[in-house]
Amino acid sequence: MSAMIEAKNLWKRYGDNVVLERINMRVQEGEFVTLVGTSGCGKSTFLKLLLGTESPSSGELLLDGKPIPNEPGPDRGIVFQQYSVFPHMCVLENVMAARAFARKGLTGYLFGAARRQAQDEVRAMLDQVGLGHALDKYPHELSGGMKQRLAIAQALLGKPRILLLDEPFGALDPGIRADMHELVLNLWREHKLTVFMVTHDLKEGFYLGTRLWVFDKLRQDPHAPNAYGAGITYDLSVGQLDHATYEEIDDNLRPVARLG
Amino acid sequence: MTRMINKTPGSVLRMSLGLLPFVLILLIYMAGSDARLELNPNDKLLPSFEQMGDAIQRMAFEPSKRTGEYLFWADTGSSLTRLGLGVGIAALLGLLLGMSTGALPMIRAGVSPLLTVISLVPPLALLPILFIVFGLGELSKVVLIAIGITPFIARDIQRRTEEIPTEQLVKAQTLGASTLQILIRVVLPQLMPKLIDAIRLSLGAGWLFLIAAEAIASTDGLGYRIFLVRRYLSMDLILPYVAWITLLAFLLDITLAWVSRRLYPWNVQGGQ
Repeated sequence: MSAMIEAKNLWKRYGDNVVLERINMRVQEGEFVTLVGTSGCGKSTFLKLLLGTESPSSGELLLDGKPIPNEPGPDRGIVFQQYSVFPHMCVLENVMAARAFARKGLTGYLFGAARRQAQDEVRAMLDQVGLGHALDKYPHELSGGMKQRLAIAQALLGKPRILLLDEPFGALDPGIRADMHELVLNLWREHKLTVFMVTHDLKEGFYLGTRLWVFDKLRQDPHAPNAYGAGITYDLSVGQLDHATYEEIDDNLRPVARLG
Repeated sequence: MTRMINKTPGSVLRMSLGLLPFVLILLIYMAGSDARLELNPNDKLLPSFEQMGDAIQRMAFEPSKRTGEYLFWADTGSSLTRLGLGVGIAALLGLLLGMSTGALPMIRAGVSPLLTVISLVPPLALLPILFIVFGLGELSKVVLIAIGITPFIARDIQRRTEEIPTEQLVKAQTLGASTLQILIRVVLPQLMPKLIDAIRLSLGAGWLFLIAAEAIASTDGLGYRIFLVRRYLSMDLILPYVAWITLLAFLLDITLAWVSRRLYPWNVQGGQ
C-alpha cells in the first residue's frame, strides 16, 4: 500500500535558523499521529507545512505522491488552539459558513433550499459534538471546551481527508480534555480521517492516537543553538509502548517543558 | 489611611463631581454677564440667557423677513446634509480602501504608500483647489469633508483588517472559501463595528472641515451663520449656535455607539 503522506529528506529553515532537518516519514490513510516535543522544536512548523501556510526549504512533502499545495485547501481541515471560530457568527452560522464556503457562490451565503438542507445537516453535526442546545450563542458566550467543539464541528463539515489539530486542548481543564479526547476519537473512526495532532502533553500523545512522534534536536551546538534543526527522534506505534519508554521520553522533554 | 489612588467615588458622588464643572462654568458666566450688563446694558460680549433665548426665538420660530425660511432649521438641515454626505462617502471609500489594502498584499503594495502621502496633506490647504475645481457650491464642501477624513478611516480600517487573526483566514480557506467569500463573510462583518468607531473618531474633524468650508464660501449652514453674525458681534446668537453644534455632535456620537452595540452584539471587549 502506498503512503498517503510522505516526507523525503525534508528541511525547513528561516534564514540561518534551521527548524527541521532530515525528516523522512510515511503515513498511511486513517492513521492518528500525535506530535510531541519541547517548545520551539518545530512540531507546529511541521503542521504548517502540512497545512500549506509554510513550504519546505528543501526536500519533498507529498500528499498522494504530489507536493502539498502551498495554500490551505478543503482536503486539510484545521483546529487551532484559539481563534479558530468566527467571532461574529453564532454557533449555527459558524458551521453553516463551512457549508457555504464549500459551494462556488460569490458571497459565501446560502439561500433558499440549499440553506434549509444545510441547516438540517449542520444541526445533526452540532448535536453530535454536543452543541445542539447552544445554536444561537456567539463564541464569546461559550466556554473554552465548547468553542473547541464548535471548531471541530466546523472543520469536519468541510469534509476534509486530513484533520490537523494544533494543540487543540492546550487551554482546557483536564476533565474537559478527557471528554474532548473521546469526541475526537469517535469522529476519527466515524469519518475515517487521517489525524495529525500537536500536543504539549505527552500523556495525551501516548494514549490517544495510533502513532507517536517525538520531535527533538539530534545535534546540539551550545554556541549556536539554531544551527541544527529538530528531527523525529521517536516514531512509535501506540499500543506497543511500555512504561519505560514513556519515562525515557518524559525525562527528555521535561527539563525544557518545565522552563517553557 | 486609604491611598488616593485607591479611592473611588460612589455613583451619587461621581454624578455630582461630573456635573460640578458645568454648574461652575454657568455660574461664572452668569456672574460675568450680569456685571457687564449692569455697567452697559448694550454690552454684546456676554449676553444674558434671556437675550440668547430671544435670538433663538427669532431664528428658529419666526420666518426670516427676507426669505420666509426658519433660518435655524434651514442652517441645521444644510449643515447636517453636507456632513452626512461627506462622512458617508468617506466611510464607504475608507472601508473599501482599508479592507482591500489590509487583506490583499498586492493591493497594499500598490496603494499604501500613496495613502500615507495623501494622509499627510493638510486638507484645508486643498480647499482653494477644491473651490477652483468644483466651484463654490455644495460639491466642494462635501469633497473637503470626504478628502479630509477618508485617509484616517482607510488607515484605521487597514490596521483593523490586519488585526483579524490569521487563524480565521486559514480556517476559512480550509473550508474551501475563495478570496471574495473570505472578504464578504469573514473580514467585512468584523470590520463594520470598527468602521462605526472610526466614524465616531473622525466626526470631530468632519465638523471642523464643514464649518471651515461654510465660513469661507456659503449662503447657509451653521458655520456660515456664526461667521456671518460675527460682524455684528452677535454673541447672543453665536453662543447658542455653538451649543447646538455641540449637542448635535454629541447626539450623533451616542446614536452611532448605540447602533454599533445593537447591530453587533458579538463585538464585546475581550471577545473571541
